[in-house]
Amino acid sequence: MQSVVMALRSIRTNKMRAVLTMLGIIIGVMALVVLVSLINGATGSVTDAVSDLGTSMVTVSISDDKGSPVRLDTIYEWMQTEKNFGAIAPYDTDTAVGKNGAEASSVMVYGVTPAYYEVQGLQLAMGRFLKQTDVDNSSYVCVLNTDAAEELVGYVDCVGQSVTLDNVEFTVVGVLEENEDSLSSMLTSGTLFAYMPYSTLIRLSDSVPDEITSFYIAAPAGGTLEAAESTIEQILYERFNEDEDAYSISSQNLVEEAMDSITSTLSILLGGIAAISLVVGGIGIMNIMLVTVTERTREIGIRKAIGASRGTILTQFLVEAVVLCMMGCCLGIFLSWAILQLVNTVVASTGISFAMDLGVVLVAVVFCFLIGVIFGLYPANKAAKMKPIDALHYGG
Amino acid sequence: MIQLKDICKFYQVGEDRVKALDHVSLHIRPKEFVSIIGPSGSGKSTLMNIIGCLDVADAGIYLLDGMPIEEYTENQLAKVRNEKIGFVFQSFNLISKLSAEENVELPLIYQKVPKAQRQERVKAALDRVGLLKRAKHLPTELSGGQQQRVAVARALVTRPSLILADEPTGNLDSRTTREIMDMFHQIHEQGNTIVLITHDNDVAKQAPRSIHILDGQLTEVTL
Repeated sequence: MQSVVMALRSIRTNKMRAVLTMLGIIIGVMALVVLVSLINGATGSVTDAVSDLGTSMVTVSISDDKGSPVRLDTIYEWMQTEKNFGAIAPYDTDTAVGKNGAEASSVMVYGVTPAYYEVQGLQLAMGRFLKQTDVDNSSYVCVLNTDAAEELVGYVDCVGQSVTLDNVEFTVVGVLEENEDSLSSMLTSGTLFAYMPYSTLIRLSDSVPDEITSFYIAAPAGGTLEAAESTIEQILYERFNEDEDAYSISSQNLVEEAMDSITSTLSILLGGIAAISLVVGGIGIMNIMLVTVTERTREIGIRKAIGASRGTILTQFLVEAVVLCMMGCCLGIFLSWAILQLVNTVVASTGISFAMDLGVVLVAVVFCFLIGVIFGLYPANKAAKMKPIDALHYGG
Repeated sequence: MIQLKDICKFYQVGEDRVKALDHVSLHIRPKEFVSIIGPSGSGKSTLMNIIGCLDVADAGIYLLDGMPIEEYTENQLAKVRNEKIGFVFQSFNLISKLSAEENVELPLIYQKVPKAQRQERVKAALDRVGLLKRAKHLPTELSGGQQQRVAVARALVTRPSLILADEPTGNLDSRTTREIMDMFHQIHEQGNTIVLITHDNDVAKQAPRSIHILDGQLTEVTL
């Protein structure tokens, strides 16, 4: 404590030099804290945007059923018995030719069950989605997206109208709302979609088999996607004779995971660059401490003559270096905070906000302390090793 | 108290080996006031450094209060200086950033004396040299005589066995010299051992026992 007070006094006697010395540390800390905080802030808002794009779900596809195919009934049974599953939505797709008078257009037809609506987070503009009875009866009903409604019927408000897909007549029971924010609608804008009961698609299309090859699983209310993922993994593993290549399971968190790895690489990279500037700042501190030790040779001599031990002198100069570093660190953190506030006011309109990352502040403090100790040690040791008589007679 | 036996010290000056102290033997008893006088280059500073434990002899035995000094490590010597020796230098050697009372307090901090006790002893020491009113002043705000008195207070505050003064009046005018010497007499009367090194005969004469040093050899002078 005494030595901290002494160090502060000695720093105070040479304010300008102290500030210049600290500059390296201040800039280093600012670079570290501001950059990492900015990256984390940006990551936060991008990740939020990504997770808004789609509901979280597990995607399962089966390539080889090993003689025990999954059918609609199997799906219904899982939904009933497995508490780790929410809705399970089997689906298959094909293209069909949709006709509106003489005009023909290609339509993406989806064979689905009512669960698909929930799992995919679809929104209806009018009418209803497919019902369980539609699937059970293999009814010729369909739900269109707005593009398909405009193209095949001529107008959006077309519930109750009929459309022709591959020369079969379907009754439109609902039209989906155009969801411009969703990732899938961005990727597929302009494409015509028609959703029909899975059982109907099996009849309509030659390429769609009786067995289910792809389905989505949502997490149940209060459950996690991870639990659902591991449950289906286990079920399929046993079902397909412990052959992991017969199926594949992926979760839509993949995008988020990719984002995470990109941003963490980015923050490590930029943090590393900032750390280099901190080390350069540390060298500046060492330089000035060496000058200080030479300048104060006489003082060191006096202190040693009246009984300061090596350790005492070492501590004194080491504490001075560390205090210098920590002052620079505090100033740097304060300035970083000010810069982030400034950035926040500038970008306020975009709705992104950057908070100072506490973790990186902690890292900066610890790093500055270490730099103070490491780069203070050499000058302090030089001071401690001085012989009292040589030091006393230095410069007269 | 102080026993020097056959102390030798050499310096390497270029090719030559200079003998600064040549088989010096000296015995100083407790409560003695001894002056060591000699011209510059006579080896008196070397002698003072050895007596003050700032330097170690190349040969010979030095016993301070019965402790063999040449066997001590650097840190142990620092402790000996701190506890047993009070220095007064020609150029005062106060730390310019610290006030008078902080300068006096410093050796006690190194002794790890608790704060309350420290303040009390600093006050007493400054009172003894008549500078209690100037306790908060920086050395630069004090006259030469006052600075030297602060230095004396710093030497006294640890209650050392020995006060070692190296040309304490060398930088002072005759009036202040008298003041400082009076103070040394007082301190001596209060029961302190004093070794005073000087080149000034008038100053040296004031001590009851005077020792002459020339070319690294001592001669007892009785005045």
